[in-house]
Amino acid sequence: MQAIAKRIRRGIIEMIGAAKSGHPGGSLSAVELVVALYFDVMRHDPSNPKWPDRDRFILSKGHAAPVLYAAMAECGYTPLDQLNTLRKLGSIYQGHPDVRFIPSLEASTGSLGEGVSLALGMGLTARLNGSPARTYAMMGDGEIQEGQIWESAMFGAFHKVDNIVAIVDYNGIQLDGFVKDIMEVAPLAAKWRAFGWHTVEIDGHNIPVIQAAFKEASETKGKPTAIIAHTIKGKGVSFMENNPKFHGTAPTPDEVKLALQELQ
Amino acid sequence: MTPTKPKFELKLGMATREAFGKALVVAGRENKDIVVGDADLSKSTYTSLFHNEFPDRFFSCGIAEANMVAIAAGFAYAGKIPVVASFSCFVMNKGFEQLRVTVAYPKLNVKVVGTHSGISIGEDGPSQMSVEETALACSLPGFVVISPADEVSATALVLAAIKYVGPVFIRTGRMKAPIIYPPDQKFEIGKAIELMEGTDVTVIATGLLVAEAIRAHETLEAEGISVRVIDVHTIKPLDRAAIQRAAAETGAIVVAEEHLIDGGLGVRVAQVVGETHPCVMEFVGIHDTYAESGTPEQLLDKYGLVARDVIAAARRALARKKPRA
Repeated sequence: MQAIAKRIRRGIIEMIGAAKSGHPGGSLSAVELVVALYFDVMRHDPSNPKWPDRDRFILSKGHAAPVLYAAMAECGYTPLDQLNTLRKLGSIYQGHPDVRFIPSLEASTGSLGEGVSLALGMGLTARLNGSPARTYAMMGDGEIQEGQIWESAMFGAFHKVDNIVAIVDYNGIQLDGFVKDIMEVAPLAAKWRAFGWHTVEIDGHNIPVIQAAFKEASETKGKPTAIIAHTIKGKGVSFMENNPKFHGTAPTPDEVKLALQELQ
Repeated sequence: MTPTKPKFELKLGMATREAFGKALVVAGRENKDIVVGDADLSKSTYTSLFHNEFPDRFFSCGIAEANMVAIAAGFAYAGKIPVVASFSCFVMNKGFEQLRVTVAYPKLNVKVVGTHSGISIGEDGPSQMSVEETALACSLPGFVVISPADEVSATALVLAAIKYVGPVFIRTGRMKAPIIYPPDQKFEIGKAIELMEGTDVTVIATGLLVAEAIRAHETLEAEGISVRVIDVHTIKPLDRAAIQRAAAETGAIVVAEEHLIDGGLGVRVAQVVGETHPCVMEFVGIHDTYAESGTPEQLLDKYGLVARDVIAAARRALARKKPRA
């Protein structure tokens, strides 16, 4: 899975470099979480994307679309050789995930704060249908400043939707700068616990630790689980790491070269 | 002259919100995939009836409309038929971003029902009133927007909306509404109903104003003015053919609705008239303002939404159609 993670990081850099716009930092911070889900944790079948009992992943932080596109292409849902059409007119790889262009996506996202709500609807459907399907929604840490997140947090605990998992990609940076300087969200785990969720705090780049957290979530009954994943924005590319500039700025051609060298 | 029995008795029936709640239970019995969400107003929206009969398929969302709408989208993605309800002002305004991105953009099979539409909620005042829901709903690409006038049309159109695959907004009211249709009347989404024939002027109305248009017809008929009355129960998509016919055959159109004139049915009709058969038009609606507390009857009177106002608008249209020499 480490090798897959590296390939996905390279894909992210290449596609955002080709697009000349996009969000590298928050795509790179989420790589191990997404790889663990798509290549181990989730029950899904790229040859049968509408299998009703499949597990589902919702990228609530839709601006990290490149990590999702790279992972889905690696799985075989979508063409690998078109990743570099990202954000171009007519591309299936839209700026933010869009089910009209990629029907095997679980949801169109991009307006922050909505993914956990979507997961709740899917989770309740699975419960009503007696389906084992589990749903995973990944948020950014800046994203949880949206009030709707806390509406959905209340709902999830109240209705005991234990077949969904909310993941916070806690990389500490949002568009305007460091989260602590824009609108502090800490203490995150305590907040989710107070809202009635089972809460696990992990290193979001350590794949065995991530796998263990998802296993703990699947064994937790009667309440949903929130995974607070401590990550590094821009992880894997030295000059992007912890650099707010690369929240929403594409690397130049020279920076692409440099980044790909680091990701050999 | 011998008095003739009026064609429309306009006997008070159920509020359209109550008809919605009852129809939802009927639909719920037939289709186990229907799930319902409400935001702490289920006794007012009548989704409490569904809750009582199908507690497992009812989800109390608390006072959190944005979350409710996006949860409905999640249900629809997974194959359910979600129906979410609140006052029109809350579900449309607080849920609008979620209606836009999570429902309209992927064009999901979500039914949104707004109750207490317009100013006829009355005493609660403008914060609970909805004077913009039609403008908002119509601005969502792919949405069907339905505005029933009475219990018969509300019942039939709620059932039709649930059978229709795609996003629908249904605008209902708080007040008991005069019964316009016989129980066996057929309704088709997108097909307006010509309630009364007429050749001098057409009144195109929706919701509570349909009954006012009928009253206006009766008054003007006594003066020898022939008024066509059309119930536009589907505001989007509009029945373009019926509007074009009215413009061509009567040459004057009044549009009447319990909504801001800006962004309402009137401007949508005007677009069709402009594109097909330009003619004189007048508008009965709310003029760029919020209302206030009062009884529904007082407010409809004060804000110009009764038969008197439809009649005045029809006279203005006729005067412009045939300017006096």
